Amino acid sequence: MKEFLMLIRGGQEKYNSVSPEDMQKHMEHWQEWMGKLAQEEKLVGGQPLMNEGNTMTEGGKKVIDRPFAEGKELVGGYLLIKADSLDQATEIAKGCPSFEYDCSVEVREIAPMG
Amino acid sequence: MESQDHIDNTLNHLFRQESGKMVAVLIKIFGTENIAIAEDVVQDALVSALETWKFRGMPDNPKAWLYRAAKNKAIDIIRRKKHSKTIDFSDPERKLLTSEYTLTSTMDSFWKEQHIQDDFLAMMYACCHPDISSENQITFILKSLCGFSTKEVAKSFLTSEDTISKRLYRTKEYFRKHKIRPRIPFLEEIETKTEVVLSTIYLMFNEGYNSTHDDQLIRKDLISQALWLCKSLLDSKRTRLPQVYALMSLMCFHTARIESRTTKDGNLILLSDQDRKIWDIELIKLGSKYLNQAAFGDTLTTYHVEAAIAYQHCTASSYETTNWKEILKYYDLLLNINYDPIVFLNRCLVILELKGPSEALDVIEKINDHKVMNRYYLYHAIMGKIYERLIQPNVAVEYYQQALKLTQSKIEKHFLKQKIARILN
Repeated sequence: MKEFLMLIRGGQEKYNSVSPEDMQKHMEHWQEWMGKLAQEEKLVGGQPLMNEGNTMTEGGKKVIDRPFAEGKELVGGYLLIKADSLDQATEIAKGCPSFEYDCSVEVREIAPMG
Repeated sequence: MESQDHIDNTLNHLFRQESGKMVAVLIKIFGTENIAIAEDVVQDALVSALETWKFRGMPDNPKAWLYRAAKNKAIDIIRRKKHSKTIDFSDPERKLLTSEYTLTSTMDSFWKEQHIQDDFLAMMYACCHPDISSENQITFILKSLCGFSTKEVAKSFLTSEDTISKRLYRTKEYFRKHKIRPRIPFLEEIETKTEVVLSTIYLMFNEGYNSTHDDQLIRKDLISQALWLCKSLLDSKRTRLPQVYALMSLMCFHTARIESRTTKDGNLILLSDQDRKIWDIELIKLGSKYLNQAAFGDTLTTYHVEAAIAYQHCTASSYETTNWKEILKYYDLLLNINYDPIVFLNRCLVILELKGPSEALDVIEKINDHKVMNRYYLYHAIMGKIYERLIQPNVAVEYYQQALKLTQSKIEKHFLKQKIARILN
């Protein structure tokens, strides 16, 4: 099995306007979906991210006090999963609850180095 | 501001009722290798309850408050220890605790009401593992599931806190080494596993019921905890077996008579001299109800028969009108299920009442293992009684004196001494 990174982008606007009840329901979807992955031993880990951050460029000399990309491009979370192929990982990613909040999900295979 | 006493009382009550359940849930979360963490979380939740309520007054739902406090502390610990090796997160359900996407909702599902009762029962079965000695089982159950302090457990066993700490340590080590995963047994093994749990509960009950203790409060505590644990088994469909109803019934009948068994100074009163008016009618009714419920299926255990005997005693209007004939049949049945010298000796007492001292002596003399019997306090006490009835006071006194040497119980010693003194005068 190979390992894949799922990068979840965008959705902040909708997240900020949601009612607590809807938010709870949404988190239950996360639990169901990730729970299934965990049961199938396909879940490695993953976390949501805070909206704030620093971005360093120019060899680390320049620090901008915000994430590199914002708005629809802002990385809001990541997941590491196991799958046999990119296609399979993509199929898994299609079930990600973040789509309920208009996020985009990018799936990338972890590259073996050397 | 609420009065401190009121808060203390509510908290004590709540602690006894809920701490065991909270510990069971937390052990499920952290694993049996981390029982100490589970216990610390409960302790912390209680301390913060006490501190917060003192200033802000009691919340509307103290139980929910306490559970929420424990849950939040558990979340803190998970966040702190996410990358340490303390907690084994390889289990799929626990894995979800490591991601912020799922931590809160997973934690919530651990604390759902229907899971809590199951976790508590699962823990009870885990404690009653045959590899753990029965005194260690009871020690652990009292401490972790019944919310006793180490001091209170030490008092229950008439031993030092040090001994209790050692016993607790050994049990925790056993859980850790064997990676025990508490669960309610599967259908095909539920009967055998429940047998151990019931015998542990009954031991705990007898520890309170029998007169080896001077401390009335501790005795009542042990009795009510045993009743509470047995009731928990009845509250769940999976563990609601006929033998559980039977033990519950038996303990209700015994408890109904508790106030009449001793004088105010703690001296023993024999069944024949007990004031039947102070027997607890409600408990006798409850015992009868449970006995009826114990009758489904074709399981017949010693608890069933012992409860049937206790029922006869509880419903007799006087000692003289007791249905000894029926009781004798039950004793025969008991001996048939399982030969036990104590049961045999008690049967001799029934014969004494039903047929008189000569017949009772005949039966007792037919025993071939007199050497074994000689070691029982009860044997000598009964022989004394028989010879008293045969009007041979000198022989009776000899037997009573032998019985006196064999019992550890202060109350029984006092009782025998009184008897001897009465005969000699």
